[in-house]
Amino acid sequence: MFAYISRRIGVMFVILFGSSFLIYNAAAYAGDPTEGLRGSTAPQAHQKLIALIRELHLNVPPPARYFIWLKGILKGFTGHIDLGLTRDQNPVSTAISNAIPITIRLILLSFLLAILFGLGLGIVSALRQYSRFDYAMTFIAFLMYSLPIFWVAVLLKAYLAISFNNFLLNGKIAPLWILSASAVSGFFWAAIISGTRKRVFAIFGVAGGATAVILTLLSVTKWFTHPGLGPITMLILGLAFAVGITYLSTGISNKAALRSSITVIIIGFLLYFPVQYFLKKDANLLTILVMLLITIAIAVGVAYLFAKIDRRPVIRTSVFTSLFAGILFIIDKLMKTWVPYINTDAIHQRPIPTISQSNDLLPEGNFWFSSLDTVLHLLLPTIALILITMAGYIRYSRGTMLEVMNQDYIRTARAKGLSERTVIMRHAFRNTLIPITTILVVDFAAIMSGAIITESVFGWHGMGTQFNLAVHNQDLNLLMGVFLFTSSLVIMANLVADLLYSALDPRIRVVGKK
Amino acid sequence: MAIFSRKNKVEEIVDGDIFNKETEGLSQGQIVLKRFFRHRGAMISLIALFSLVLFVFSALGFKIFGIGYGGWWKYKITDLPTLRTDGCPIELPGCPTLNLIPGKHFGLGDHPFGQDDLGRDYFSLVMRGAERSLEVMVVIGLVAGALGIIVGALAGFYRGVIDATLMRLVDFIITVPVIVLGSVLGYHFGSKGVLFLALFLGLVSWGGLSRLVRGDFLTLREREFVDAARVAGASNRRIIFKHILPNAIGVIIVNVTLLMSGAILLEAALSYLGFGVVPPDVSLGLLISQYQDSFTTRPWLFWWPGLIIIIVALSVNFIGDGLRDAFDPRQRRRISRKDRAAERQSAEKN
Repeated sequence: MFAYISRRIGVMFVILFGSSFLIYNAAAYAGDPTEGLRGSTAPQAHQKLIALIRELHLNVPPPARYFIWLKGILKGFTGHIDLGLTRDQNPVSTAISNAIPITIRLILLSFLLAILFGLGLGIVSALRQYSRFDYAMTFIAFLMYSLPIFWVAVLLKAYLAISFNNFLLNGKIAPLWILSASAVSGFFWAAIISGTRKRVFAIFGVAGGATAVILTLLSVTKWFTHPGLGPITMLILGLAFAVGITYLSTGISNKAALRSSITVIIIGFLLYFPVQYFLKKDANLLTILVMLLITIAIAVGVAYLFAKIDRRPVIRTSVFTSLFAGILFIIDKLMKTWVPYINTDAIHQRPIPTISQSNDLLPEGNFWFSSLDTVLHLLLPTIALILITMAGYIRYSRGTMLEVMNQDYIRTARAKGLSERTVIMRHAFRNTLIPITTILVVDFAAIMSGAIITESVFGWHGMGTQFNLAVHNQDLNLLMGVFLFTSSLVIMANLVADLLYSALDPRIRVVGKK
Repeated sequence: MAIFSRKNKVEEIVDGDIFNKETEGLSQGQIVLKRFFRHRGAMISLIALFSLVLFVFSALGFKIFGIGYGGWWKYKITDLPTLRTDGCPIELPGCPTLNLIPGKHFGLGDHPFGQDDLGRDYFSLVMRGAERSLEVMVVIGLVAGALGIIVGALAGFYRGVIDATLMRLVDFIITVPVIVLGSVLGYHFGSKGVLFLALFLGLVSWGGLSRLVRGDFLTLREREFVDAARVAGASNRRIIFKHILPNAIGVIIVNVTLLMSGAILLEAALSYLGFGVVPPDVSLGLLISQYQDSFTTRPWLFWWPGLIIIIVALSVNFIGDGLRDAFDPRQRRRISRKDRAAERQSAEKN
């Protein structure tokens, strides 16, 4: 194992060396940083030109100049990595280390959500192969594949930000919207759950009716202008989730799991008011983290109390439930922050922003204001990124699931008399995850580069912006800095993917020597 | 709960009989064609794409080797007709005249997609942009396809040193995200013309395809028919192109179509960022980037280029999907109730 990893890391350096050499020369031959000065008639243009040439070693031909740059990188082994200076004389390493967290923040949430929705829809689509739902999903996935993200981004800005902000001024939903939303929800659930014709109609009616009632209630109570969950709604949502996750994770017949997850929710309900004390204005990430750990500890404890044997699935179920409860708490708190937030001068009743990563005019020192601000700024780019990345996961998980369902071990599992739920969740789903995990890791690196466009459309100042700057200013050092980061990420992701694959799939063994 | 319901056993067994009966006595090519024609999405997409290409390329005319055709549309992209004011809201001169409601005003009208703020006819701009995007797509597909096939075939067939060298080259190229390399090259060579840009983009996007082709060649070269060809005295070139390549064609065609649908989005993205096609030339991505700010005032300037990109990419994706289904021997089509009933009846008769 160790031999394998070290060999791969060695190869990684060779590849990085080769591809950086390649791109350094491509970029150096393609662009001339002195272009602007050469045509310039400004006084001292000539002196500036000479200074620039000296500073950037432009009198050295690119293949040799590469090694000057490489010397700075190799200093990294002594702890003082030198990526050179940008064209405006800032160290490249600072520019990049400032940009990385912003890009990660942009990508992480959309990546997780895209996985969640993509896998879910893909797997249900596979279980309903050749149904109307399957065809609709195929079409939607291809449609999402074909969307130019910058075009969608403009639409999102127009409809989800500007129109939605207008809508928030009075917060009433038009009856036509309620009708169409109910119809869509009815179709969706009827298609997913399916069954006999009578059943489908029943599901359509129930789901559509429920949506209509909920939307009307929200509209009448002006929920959109004064959002909030409140302990009772949270309790209902939590119980529903507890039952749902127990069904998927262990099956309803596992009484220990069901009881412990319901208990977790009830504990959360009882703790509602005490917890509010800790979610004060001056809370910080550490508070949240500590509370997260406490939540998990409670969940594990409850699971231990209820399950005497076979504890693992019970613990898993109640931890999932407790995490959901935690998310509900955060959402509830953010919703409570909503009204004061939109009434600040910086927001001025138009909460959904179209550009930038944060609002600098917000009053400082309020953790929940800045959290809500971050969430709202993430909203549009996240939706855009989900739209374009989810398609791949839908298709891929559908394909893998179909393949797995044709395997012999699925037939064996059924022959043993296991319930269809167990066959799918325990045997098929887990095996579907193996190839998907490896795809996901590699994809994460690819999304980093996909964020270039997203950042540029939504005016974020992350890696994509640095890259844009570098290309437009013919800033070779900055370009190479960005490149070095993305390529190392890609290579590392490939290594991690291979290791994960061998860890997840016992049939695959990595070997130290070829 | 019904999420985990499944179809019954009898149906699965009957289905198998239907498949065997359908492919009896047909050659591989015939089976593939038959399956492809049956894929409704792919067929609709093929027709849609074909008519779109005809429509776009005949609108403004073209000139190849001195033989030209003027095009049926009355404006060129350089024309500056006066802004149309009659029939438009007063603050929005140059609104689109396209009318699909049957009646007196049915038809394209003077400016079907409207005019921009200078009065340029937007229909001709979009048509030229679509021409450019389609050209870029095809060129990238051809260049990347050819390179990917050749590199993959050589590496997979000869193995050893050639394989190692070529695959390291692929590693170098794959490590750099296409959009990064494409931007660097596109920014500097985009001004030299669309075909030049497409050529360069093609040169950087063949890595994935070559890996797949190599994988296919590695398995196929061990098969008996290759040995048979070698015993019969066939040269390496003949074995590669006449024996192995036709067997790998499924993977190749499918991936080239996917490459092409990616290519049109890549070009649009690069042009949008300012690293691709530059004015005075026109491309769909460039049009979107030029007119995105007018979305609130002149929405028609925004919708059309995006819609055309989506239509092209969507049809190419569907065609690729149809081809994949057609080439995949394990793929089974949906069996309708009617087919099952017919099969059961004929089974009962025997």
